[in-house]
Order: sequence, then C-alpha cells, then structure tokens
Amino acid sequence: MIVEFGHYALILAFAVSLLQSLVPLVGAQKGWADWMAAAGPLASGQFALLAIAFAALTYAFVTSDFSVLLVVDNSHTLKPLLYKISGVWGNHEGSLLLWSLILALFGASAAWFGGNLPATLQARVLAVQGAIGAAFLAFMIFTSNPFLRTALPPFDGHDLNPLLQDPGLAFHPPFLYLGYVGLSMAFSFAVAALIEGKVDAAWGRWVRPWTLAAWIFLTIGIALGSWWAYYELGWGGFWFWDPVENASFMPWLFATALLHSAIVVEKRETLKAWTILLAILGFGFSLMGTFIVRSGVITSVHAFASDPERGVFILMIFAVFVGGALTLFALRGAALEAKGVFALVSRESALVLNNVLLAVASFVVFVGTMWPLVSELAFGRVLSVGAPFFNAAFTPFMVALAIALPVGAVMPWKRGKLGKAAASMTGALALAVALAGLAFALQTGRSALAPIGVLLGSWLVFGALIDLWTRGGRQGIGDRLRRIARLPRADWGKAIAHGGLGVTIFAVTAVLGWASEDIRVLRPGESFTLSGHTFTLTGVERQPGPNYISTMATVEVHDGDRYIATLHPEKRVYPAAGMPTTEAGIHYTLTRDLYVALGDPQDGGGWALRTYVKPFAVWLWIGSALMALGGLISLTDRRFRVAAGARRAPPAAAPAE
Amino acid sequence: MRAFLLALLLVLPMAAGAVQPDEILPDPAMEARARAITAELRCVVCRNESVDDSNAEIARDIRLMVRERLVAGDTNEEAVQFMVDRFGEYILLNPRPTGSNLILWVTGPALLVAGLGIALMAARRRRAGPEALSAEEEARLKALLDE
Repeated sequence: MIVEFGHYALILAFAVSLLQSLVPLVGAQKGWADWMAAAGPLASGQFALLAIAFAALTYAFVTSDFSVLLVVDNSHTLKPLLYKISGVWGNHEGSLLLWSLILALFGASAAWFGGNLPATLQARVLAVQGAIGAAFLAFMIFTSNPFLRTALPPFDGHDLNPLLQDPGLAFHPPFLYLGYVGLSMAFSFAVAALIEGKVDAAWGRWVRPWTLAAWIFLTIGIALGSWWAYYELGWGGFWFWDPVENASFMPWLFATALLHSAIVVEKRETLKAWTILLAILGFGFSLMGTFIVRSGVITSVHAFASDPERGVFILMIFAVFVGGALTLFALRGAALEAKGVFALVSRESALVLNNVLLAVASFVVFVGTMWPLVSELAFGRVLSVGAPFFNAAFTPFMVALAIALPVGAVMPWKRGKLGKAAASMTGALALAVALAGLAFALQTGRSALAPIGVLLGSWLVFGALIDLWTRGGRQGIGDRLRRIARLPRADWGKAIAHGGLGVTIFAVTAVLGWASEDIRVLRPGESFTLSGHTFTLTGVERQPGPNYISTMATVEVHDGDRYIATLHPEKRVYPAAGMPTTEAGIHYTLTRDLYVALGDPQDGGGWALRTYVKPFAVWLWIGSALMALGGLISLTDRRFRVAAGARRAPPAAAPAE
Repeated sequence: MRAFLLALLLVLPMAAGAVQPDEILPDPAMEARARAITAELRCVVCRNESVDDSNAEIARDIRLMVRERLVAGDTNEEAVQFMVDRFGEYILLNPRPTGSNLILWVTGPALLVAGLGIALMAARRRRAGPEALSAEEEARLKALLDE
C-alpha cells in the first residue's frame, strides 16, 4: 500500500514538473504575475511529492518488502540497517529517484530563498529546473521505475553489491548527486539569463553560492570515493582514471572554473558570456557523466545498469538540454556586453588563465575517456586509454595552474604589475625551494616526483598564507592579526581552499613517489621488516559477520621494540551476493599509513600478504577536506547572506598595496 | 573451498590480488622493470584495470609472460611489442601516438593554444575599447555624489 502511495506520488510529481516547466515560462514571457507566482508552489509541491516517493521506497527497503523487485535485487534481511537505507540509492532506479529528489530540492530552495530575485528571472529559473526534473522523471517512470512489483515474492533478497556495503560508499553517491545536480542551478540561471538577455552583478552573486555548494558536495563526494578505493581495493590506489571517476572529475573541473569566473561577473561585470558558457558546460558534463555511468557504452568498473536503451534516453535528454542551451547561447550570448575593462596583467586575466587551464584539462579528460569509443567507430582501431595517458596528458595543466595560482591570487583587479605581484611571493618561493631541496636531499635514489610535489604544494600553501598576511596592513603584529581575523570570510575561504589544493598536490606526489611495498607469503608467527617497521602475522581466523563470513588476519607492527599497532586485514565473502571483498588493515598517522592487505592462502601453507608504507597518505583527504572547508567558509560570507538583489555594496576592498 | 574462492575471484576482478608472491623475480631491478611494464598493460578481460592490479587469471598469465620475456633477455620495448603482437593495441593503456591517435595526443596542447589565443585577442579588443564610464555608471556616480 505504502509502495503504491509512493508510486502515485512519483507520477504526480511528473505531472507537477510538467506544469512547473510551462506555466512560469509563459507567465514571464507575457508578464502575468499570477502565472509566474505559480512557480514557487509548484516547485515546493514537486519536492514534497518526491520526498513522499523516496520515503515510500526507503520504507520498502527498511521493512525488506520483497514484493518490490528493486528490494529483491538489492537487499537482504540480514543486512545492517545502514546498508538497507543506503541500498535505496545503491542501484540505478533508486539513485535516479534520489537524483530527482535533490533536483527538486534545489528548485524548491530557489523558490524559498529566491524572494529577492527579479520575478521574471525567478520564474524562468524555476521553469528550466522544472523541465530538467520532468525529463528525469519521465526517464525514471518509462524506463527505470523503482516501484515495480513482482508477482512471486521470494523469501529473501539477492543482497546489495557487497562493495557498496561500506560506510564510505553509503555516503559517496548522495554527495556526488548533490554536486552533479547542484550544477543544474547554475545551468538554470544561465538559461534564464539568456532568455532575459541580461547578466549583471546580482546574477553573478546569485549563481556563485549555488555553484559553490555544488562544488563543495562534489569535492566531498569525489574524496569519499577515492578514500573508499584506497582502503577497499587492497593495494592503496586512490585514483584510477576510470571512466566513471572521470565522469565526476570533469564536472568538478568545470565547477571550479565556473566558481572563479562567476567572481569576475560579480565583482567586475565582465566575462559574462564565458561564465554562461561554463555554466552550460558544467551541467552538460554532469549529464554526460550520467550517460557514461548508466549506458554501458564505455566499460568501467563502476558502470551499473548497463542498458543501451536507457543510454539513448539519457543521450536525448543531454541533446535537448545542452543543445538547446548552446543554441540559445549562440543566438543571445553576443548581446551580453561586458562592462568592466581590464588590462592584460590583472586579476581578471589571472582568472581567465585559471579558466582556460581548467577547461582544457577537463576536455583532455573528456577526449581520453571517449577516445576508445571514437577510435573504434571512426577508425576501426580497438584500443584502450588508461592511467598512463591521463597522467601524462593531464598533469602538465595542473602543474601550470599551481605555478600561476599564488601570483594570480594577489594580482590587483583591473590593472596590475606582474613584477610586483611576483615580488610579494618571493618568500613563498624561497621556502618552497628550500623544502623541496631538503626533500630531495633526504630521499636517495628515488624519482624527482615527490620533491616536485613538495615544491608546488608548499608554494601554494605559503602563497595562501602570504596572501592573508599582506591583507593585514602594515601596523604592528597585534593590529595586523586583528585585521586578518576580521577579513571577509570569502578571503579566508579562498586561502584555505588554495592551501588545501597545495596539500593535496603534495600528498599525491608523496604517496606515489615515496611509498614502499612488500609482497610475500607469511605463515602465522613469521615476521618481516619494511621501512623500519616489523610486521608479524600472529594468526588468521574465520569470523562470522552479520551477512558475511570474514577471514581475518592479525598483524602486529613494531618499530624496533616499540609496539605500534595491531592491524586486522580481512577477506569477506557475502554468500547472498556470492561475492568476496577485501578490507585492508590500516594504521593512519599524519606522517605515514601502514597498510596491510590479506591475499590468498597458499598451497604450501601460509598466506599471501601485501604490505605498504604510504608516507603522508592522510594528507590526501585532509587536503580535500580543506578545499571543501574553504568553500564552506566562503559560502557563509556576509554578502551571500544579505539580500543579493538589494542595493550593491561598494566592490570589496582591493588587495592592500 | 579454495576452488570456489578462485572462481569467485574470477567473477570479480576488483578484489585484492594482483602480483602474487610466487611471481616475483629474484632480481629486484628486473622485477621493477616488469612491474613498470605490466602497469601499462591492460588486463584484457577486465574493465579498465591494468595487468599489474588485476586478479584475473589472464592477468597473472600476462605478468608471468612478461617476466619470462625479460628473463630471456628482451628489452622493455620488445616485451611490450610481444604482447601487442598477441593481444593487439587494445592491451596498451597508453595508446601510441601514431595515425589517428595523434588526434588524442594533440587535442590538449591545441586547445590550450586556441584558448589562450582567444583570450589574448579578447583582451586586446577590450583594451581598445573606451575607458570612459558608461551612462549607467555615470548615473550611479551622480547618485552617490548626491547622497
């Protein structure tokens, strides 16, 4: 009964979304205030209906209602409650419902908090948002309905893919969807602005928080996925350049570019057409990601629900929305005239450089991801594009970005002097070079990768610190610190996020360049030494879990005579799903992770054991967390909280000279 | 039970696995070469995994074959070519920059040059534009001064 109720709510939400995409649009065109005003209640209604549908599906999962096909395929009575709930979105149909719910939530938020937007702009934004919702709801109802029943309910379900039964992966998809879908707001604002034919500072101020929020969610979602891969896949890799990872990474790169170009629109009223284009492409790549994940056109470890028919439907959604928006852009984009002028050397130009590097890097990832498909169809060459290509083709852009960033970040608006901006960063450069030299001297016979990472990473971190420090004026220390503490939160957010990028770059190179590895057969009681740590296998036991059987090893680690930790690497078998997983035993510290994965039992006795010492690996997640935190702090900046459409405050203070 | 586990592992190449202790060559330098080569070869039955990371039976065979070739005195290039001759280009994770693949390799640099070029041209155009205040800015300035 409750399931039917949810099903009904879903169909009703589709009807409401159709109304939402038409009524306000006509109202805005004709200037009918009551039609425009309908947008708000429709958006709220769509959200409420989808919330009911989602609650109904969650209810079916939690109560293990095996008359629902989706629950049979993705759940099991013995599964812990957390994974019964996360099972709702651990599959194609349910994740689409979550996607649509989040889409409706963003639309409804624009209705709830957008009171100070111009009425026509708000109506058009909500109409575009409604149209996207309608497309996805149609997709769900006609090809991927989560509420289908089965005539013969089985006694128990097939269980959720065991790889997804993990705290990291329980929350990885919702965060990614919040990010993907959050970019739809920037898209809706862009299309609405193109229809209006007007982009101004208030528009920029409106788009930025939405983009920033989407970017924060994407950052967290990608970091969670990466962390999960690190501890779950058994050899401590954290990024694989898999098509599905790329599908989340491309929108992230575009969102990062958009975030920065929207600053220019907001503060200087220029780069308007470019920002609109980025907003369209950002969401376009989100849709492309959806296509890659769900169509099965490109093979990937993650692709779920590989179904060409669904792929065609998503491709149609992509063509209509992105094609339509780009056509509109071609027709109207030129009319968006820039107001602010700026010299070749200026903050604006620095941000243009940021945008070009990020956008091109994203296209490189895109071409690499799609190339096997294109090459096979167009040239008859069956080939692969994997990590070695991406490492070689993508990394130079990030290096260039990291080099330019600290200098660009202190460049004054409108007109600056390269020498002056660079001179203020001399300290950062000196410190970075010194640290990199130290790193190079301490490591012997290893590649220069990690020292280069130290150089770039510390350049970014010290650059961010110097940026904050010089903003404090020239008075005494106390006065200066007080000033720095009182800086707008956007400035703090900027420094923290840029520092976080530096930390991440450093950690990536440190893990890749300095990790040590050991693969061997070990019998209980035996031990070996790796990077100054002695690992002893004390035993291997079978242990029952709630819905799996674990083979758990106990490994004790000593540094000389000093006890460090006891690790429990596991192999699990999930009988219901018929799948094994590995759980690495990891001891995290700030300077290194000790990582042990259990392999197969050997014919002659003993177990294969894979051990890694990964220096500074936690800083990968700390760096990502800092980036997200910087975004969050920036999001709480005063000017986003005060009425955005209200009379403009004077432009934020220029960097202190 | 062991056979059952192995069968499961074949179904799911993502479980921990990759290089097994019995595969490792006694000569560390040659082993390092083998690891570097297999990291750039695709496990041909897996979804986007290198031979070095994969747990599939064929990945193990390829790892052993690469090591055999190296022991037999092949250079890295010869060992890779040996695999390409048997499995085709598909086995290379890093596509060779020949023929149509040039498009793949040139896209990035070409787009960068184009992007920077467009940005420069736009900047030049903008610089030529009037520096004077627009009518709207004049009005706002007046309003501010009148306050």
